Amino acid sequence: MTIDEIKNVVLEIIQDIDDEADLENLNSGEALRDQLDLDSMDFLDIVMELRKRYQIQIPEADYPQLATLDSCVNYLTPRLKAA
Amino acid sequence: MLHKSITGAGDRYNVVVIGSGLGGLTTANRLARSGHSVLLLEHHHQLGGLATWFKRKGHIFDVSLHGFPHGMVKTCRKYWNREIMESIVQLKNIVFDNPQFSLTTTFDRNDFTGILINKFKISQETIDNFFNTVAAMNFYDDQSMSTRELFETFFPGRDDVHRLLMEPITYANGSTLEDPAITYGIVFSNFMNKGVFTFKGGTDHLIGMMADELVKNGVTICKSSRVDRIVTEAGRVRGVQVGDRFIEADSVVSNSGILNTIYDLAGKDAFPAEFLDKVKTVRVNTSSCQVYIGIKKDAAIDDIGDLLFVSTSEKFSSDELLDMHTRSRTFSLYYPKTRPGHNRYTVVASMNGRFDDWDRLDESEYETEKQAMIERTLVHLEDYIPGVRQKIDWLEAATPKTIHRYTLHTKGTSFGTKFEGLDISRSIFKAVPGLFHVGSVGIIMSGWLGAINYGVIVANDVDGYIRGM
Ligand SMILES: Cc1cc2nc3c(=O)[nH]c(=O)nc-3n(C[C@H](O)[C@H](O)[C@H](O)COP(=O)(O)OP(=O)(O)OC[C@H]3O[C@@H](n4cnc5c(N)ncnc54)[C@H](O)[C@@H]3O)c2cc1C
Repeated sequence: MTIDEIKNVVLEIIQDIDDEADLENLNSGEALRDQLDLDSMDFLDIVMELRKRYQIQIPEADYPQLATLDSCVNYLTPRLKAA
Repeated sequence: MLHKSITGAGDRYNVVVIGSGLGGLTTANRLARSGHSVLLLEHHHQLGGLATWFKRKGHIFDVSLHGFPHGMVKTCRKYWNREIMESIVQLKNIVFDNPQFSLTTTFDRNDFTGILINKFKISQETIDNFFNTVAAMNFYDDQSMSTRELFETFFPGRDDVHRLLMEPITYANGSTLEDPAITYGIVFSNFMNKGVFTFKGGTDHLIGMMADELVKNGVTICKSSRVDRIVTEAGRVRGVQVGDRFIEADSVVSNSGILNTIYDLAGKDAFPAEFLDKVKTVRVNTSSCQVYIGIKKDAAIDDIGDLLFVSTSEKFSSDELLDMHTRSRTFSLYYPKTRPGHNRYTVVASMNGRFDDWDRLDESEYETEKQAMIERTLVHLEDYIPGVRQKIDWLEAATPKTIHRYTLHTKGTSFGTKFEGLDISRSIFKAVPGLFHVGSVGIIMSGWLGAINYGVIVANDVDGYIRGM
């Protein structure tokens, strides 16, 4: 997958979790948590959905790497290369 | 499909969930939605575990629907459905009445702040500091500070303030001033921040909607199916034994108590010695007593509030709340608005209690103590509803023994275990691959919201395990 495709996947999953989330004005370098109404349960949902779609296992220790949209993309790029 | 007995079960599933408390129901729902085949087994003939109700003489009594935090709105929308979310309504009149203070509150941060400033003469700055400190607490913080120390830091010597802040939490999860401050912080921030909520339509309505959702998502449910054993082989899970039926599974999620799961269902032999050493340190939490009061069909009672924290005890102490003869209780008032269309009034009094106090009585002492508890409760209720005795047509009491009989939980615990139980529950699948636990543990994962959210967390672990197999 390309960087843009990965970005879109993450945004799509967030939109599924919270259909009222304002993704238009998202700053990709800033913590998702601070901009959207996301809590730790929401991050768990993102992890579970990524596993379901792409069979990737994200260990709990790596959750902090999902903090911003950019860091999500950086983290996922090597893992979703073949997807 | 929903079956009345084990005969409806197939021979093999990705996941078998033992127990249909809110934790078990939620794990089953999440896993079915993410594509796994799921069998849910419940020993009782009704689903819901402690989220339960019973019918007597035209009354419907709710056992654990006294109030839950605002977080349930989001949780129900995400992990159940909109219909369930839309049944959530706020309880706006929460009353405290004891020798130290009497007040009515909407139970949210703004209202508590106003009360603490005006009634208790605490400065805005101290209150803000307190709220901000507890809101920032999380699971990974230092656990050595106790709740008592936390209160003493912010409100030294003010046992009236301590009472206001602690009493509701003690009823909600059995915790005391000696438990880690972080458990208080996490629960308080959920609970005493945005108000208290309930389900319009009652527990029966909620569990009915949940059962429909499970069936829609393909879960096979068998009621009156008590799991006798979790079967392990070569250190991993193979399935469950229910009477003479063996059902094979990639993973088993137990919503039975954590100690029941380890000692009774899987058996000690299934676990490594170091794990069992840790299990030995786990303390189960305390239990509850209740008195159920039904008002005659044509009688009505005034609106005296939705949830009353009342006590005639001069001072608050965790021990006093747990005493068999406690002078402290909550009254939950169910007006016709609770179940629109079912125009009845009921009152449920809840007290904390210790299993051993009731278990050591012989049959006649037990009956006598139960009657005495009902009588004390009525005397107390008459302070708020004069003449209520004449309006009552049903009275019944439950004790820790009732809760034990119903849920099978060790010592009838209402609120799982103390904090140390959480680590055991979270790590059980590392000791026995394929075996998971969900349900009230560690103080923070209890109550309706805690049990449902924990169901989601455990579903994620199970999903990771199965997809990694
Ligand atoms: C009196 C009382 C009042 C409460 N009030 C509130 C309240 O107002 N608000 C709130 O948020 N929380 C309240 N709670 C707490 C809340 O009800 C519980 O924390 C929550 O419902 C527990 O869910 P759970 O998933 O831990 O499972 P439980 O409800 O404990 O259910 C476990 C289930 O497993 C089943 N089971 C056990 N062993 C087996 C077996 N071997 N085979 C098959 N099935 C088995 C049991 O039958 C049971 O159905 C109250 C609790 C009590 C006791």
